[in-house]
Amino acid sequence: MEQIYFFIIAIVAVVSAVLVVSCKSPINNAVALMMTFVCLANFYVMLHAPFMAAVQIMVYAGAILMLIVFVIMLLNLNTVLIQKTSHSVVGAITLAGLVFFQLYYMLGHSSTTSIKGDISNELVMEVGHTQLLAKSLFVEFLLPFEIASILLLVAVIGAVVLSKRNAAAQE
Amino acid sequence: MVSIDQYLVLSAILFSIGTFGVLTRKNAIVIFMCIELMLNSVNLSFIALSNHLGNMDGQVFVLFIMTVAAAEAAVGMALIIAFYRNRDSIAVDDFNLLKW
Repeated sequence: MEQIYFFIIAIVAVVSAVLVVSCKSPINNAVALMMTFVCLANFYVMLHAPFMAAVQIMVYAGAILMLIVFVIMLLNLNTVLIQKTSHSVVGAITLAGLVFFQLYYMLGHSSTTSIKGDISNELVMEVGHTQLLAKSLFVEFLLPFEIASILLLVAVIGAVVLSKRNAAAQE
Repeated sequence: MVSIDQYLVLSAILFSIGTFGVLTRKNAIVIFMCIELMLNSVNLSFIALSNHLGNMDGQVFVLFIMTVAAAEAAVGMALIIAFYRNRDSIAVDDFNLLKW
């Protein structure tokens, strides 16, 4: 049952990912990208990570995609003709295929084994995923967490500075 | 029960599609969306492996990737708007100021 559900969602995810690449209008690409994000949130729930699914929906489908859609609408672009040269497509297919087969080859020739940690699915069900994640984030990864806050501050200031109209250039 | 390999293969497929999009499209916003797709496929493999290995570290890394992606989205969109204001276009063919 879980297997069938996985394949249905996987097919939807791959088809919408292809649409992200192939649609002509940017707004259609954005909608297809949102479909991919929702499918990935489904997978996170199946992998016993419900908090990550919620964050995926809120941050990606909510914040980042909304930003992209706003910029698309703000720029008011006409549907630009995609002038694809055939050799660029052939090169891109070759490279993308190479990346895929490299990853696939790695999977086929080794099994994913390692020292098993102590977070089992039963523990996640019992204690709660958010609590386990918070314990890991605020104890083991406290310094990266603080650095991430500085990164966000720098990004906000950078975005304001970059998108501000240059007063000196206008005069 | 879905095995770990299926998640990893799906992640590889999504990553390859994203690579293809980055290499073929001309619109800067679409290229940006393809990069987001690639980041998401990496997130999927992180969470699948984290679940497989019974370890929380992978999921913490996914949180940091999301932070970086949000910062990247803010700065990237500001750059695209600034570029559009100067050139009236966001086709990557027009990004040629540093071209030799």
